[in-house]
Amino acid sequence: MMNLYKIALRNLLRYKRRTLLTASLITIGVVFVLVFVAVSGSFKAMMIGQITDAMLGHIQIHKKGYVASIDNLPLNLNLNAQTAARIDEILGKQKNIEASSPRLKFGGLFSNFVESTNIRLNGIYPDREFKTVPLLTSRISEGKKTIAKGEILIPALLAKGMKVKVGDSVVIVATNKDGSVNGKQFVVAGIMEGVTGPGGRDGYVHIEDAAEVLRMPELEISEVAVRLKDFDRLHPAAREMEKQLTGEFRKDDKFPLEIHTWEGLSPFANVARMLDIMTFFIKLMLVALVLISVLNVMIMAVYERIREIGTMAAIGTPPGKILALFMMEGLSLGVLGTIIGGGVGLLILFILNVAHITFNFGQQQGLLLQTYVNPMDFVTIAVIVILVSVVASLQPAFKASRMEPIVALRHV
Amino acid sequence: MPLIIADNIHKDYQVGDVVVQALQGVGFEIEPASFVSFVGPSGSGKTTLLNLIGCLDKPTAGTLTVAATDIARLDRKESAAFRGSHLGFIFQDFNLLPVLTVYENIEYPLLMVQNVPPAERKERIERLLAAVGMADQKDKYPGQISGGQKQRVAIARALVTHPELVLADEPTANLDSQTAYAVINLMKRMRDELATTFIFSTHDQKIVGEAEVIFRLEDGSIVAKEMKGGASHDESL
Ligand SMILES: Nc1ncnc2c1ncn2[C@@H]1O[C@H](COP(=O)(O)OP(=O)(O)OP(=O)(O)O)[C@@H](O)[C@H]1O
Ligand SMILES: [Mg+2]
Repeated sequence: MMNLYKIALRNLLRYKRRTLLTASLITIGVVFVLVFVAVSGSFKAMMIGQITDAMLGHIQIHKKGYVASIDNLPLNLNLNAQTAARIDEILGKQKNIEASSPRLKFGGLFSNFVESTNIRLNGIYPDREFKTVPLLTSRISEGKKTIAKGEILIPALLAKGMKVKVGDSVVIVATNKDGSVNGKQFVVAGIMEGVTGPGGRDGYVHIEDAAEVLRMPELEISEVAVRLKDFDRLHPAAREMEKQLTGEFRKDDKFPLEIHTWEGLSPFANVARMLDIMTFFIKLMLVALVLISVLNVMIMAVYERIREIGTMAAIGTPPGKILALFMMEGLSLGVLGTIIGGGVGLLILFILNVAHITFNFGQQQGLLLQTYVNPMDFVTIAVIVILVSVVASLQPAFKASRMEPIVALRHV
Repeated sequence: MPLIIADNIHKDYQVGDVVVQALQGVGFEIEPASFVSFVGPSGSGKTTLLNLIGCLDKPTAGTLTVAATDIARLDRKESAAFRGSHLGFIFQDFNLLPVLTVYENIEYPLLMVQNVPPAERKERIERLLAAVGMADQKDKYPGQISGGQKQRVAIARALVTHPELVLADEPTANLDSQTAYAVINLMKRMRDELATTFIFSTHDQKIVGEAEVIFRLEDGSIVAKEMKGGASHDESL
């Protein structure tokens, strides 16, 4: 084994320039994929973090049909108080849930006493909401980072357009389920940055104020946002939740609720999916690059060394060892490319981090790009390159091992 | 019992539509520890015959027994194993592995063909390095030594596995005549020391004189067998 390795390495060193060239090709591929995976992965993780932790939560529960018409914030598709209480109770028992927050959403008219415009509002229990979407407070750019009854958080664009400042009084007018109109005066407690996606430009009021504006005899709930302890277990957790709730609420084969993960609620899920697909294709290109360059080198290596192969075979080297020798050579090329590529790639990522690169995403500006490589991604890339190198050497190595010694020895 | 028994061996090559009869009914016996040469003009079948004895090729007809083994019965793998354990090879172009040093070239068959433990490996290699006079060059690469030196290394490589038979197809063709003599004499001395049978082919009449048994080949047949010291007796039938 030791000897095979020695011979393979020396043969690689024998054609230094070619080996270097091939190793650099693999290096470039590895660097490219590594940087892409790290940057896109970090970007994705950050955007998902923004969307889930500053607005949506990880999972949401609605009455069936609500999400389909979520744009109108229909008041006739709310969960009644009794259902909401039962959901609360079930969620409270689940150990993988960090927090949940019931919301009462409605559309209304926002007036600064001079002019008025449309606004979408979330009625919330502030403490529960902030536990469920902890980054929400970071979106509040002016004013205090919470709200009490009688106060309202309004989106920055609205504040600007209506020339409203923190501390100003405003009026919210809304039409309730029965069609009667009601209004209530609020004090602006804070102004918040928007987030890309639906719901990103909603205002917030206390849930009891919302019920008052809507003249609800008893509190109804539009949605329950849920935060998990472990976001990586999103899908199993959603399935588990669905099972629990189905057990409780299923009646006559009908399940009156719907459960969505953030992916079913935000169009960014498609962007994330696109990124995943791109990553896949870029990995595929890496496979092709390694395959072609290693295959090319190994075919040449076998062709150049036909007489040596003949000699080895003639003096009795078993075909399996000749095969192993050439496989080892391809493998070493892959390992070499992976090591150099990994090193250079990590260096580039380090530089990217030190350079403090920021980017804008929709309304959000100056987001800091913090790249990090998931160790699993690194391992995956290394395994791909090394495996493909071995696969690429297989055919040339096999050919070498099958050579007839007299034919090979006669080769000039 | 003879080391090699060849009985009515034929070897045909198909070249396009034409059949070339490279060997046409060759028969002979070679005793252990002999120093044998096959001589003949170009195309007379020397290489073809040595390839058959060397278990690198199969006769078209006839039987060839080497070291009590009917070599026609061996498959690819068995042939390789047979060559590795019974035979040594010396080539016209030396055929040392360029990436290995002199020492490593001699070590190669002990590692890659046989599995000899390290201590014995070292002992065998060093003994042979001394015997072929290459001990002081052992760390050089083949590219750094002369043709004669390369062939001496090749002799050591062929002998390191303790084969019964060493085959050398035109081992001196690429050497000047003085070096050629030295190489042949080294081979002979090794035969004396180790009792290994040597068979070499050549068309150089001067070198042939060093052999103890000479088979003359012409057009694929043995036309004469000469024994050193004795009168040449015609064996063509
Ligand atoms: N692989 C082959 N295919 C076809 N014909 C061959 C092959 N090998 C040898 N021959 C033919 O067989 C005959 C004997 O060839 P061989 O190489 O054995 O001669 P040789 O005595 O070794 O000649 P030289 O002294 O030139 O090496 C020649 O006519 C040659 O052309
Ligand atoms: Mg020949």
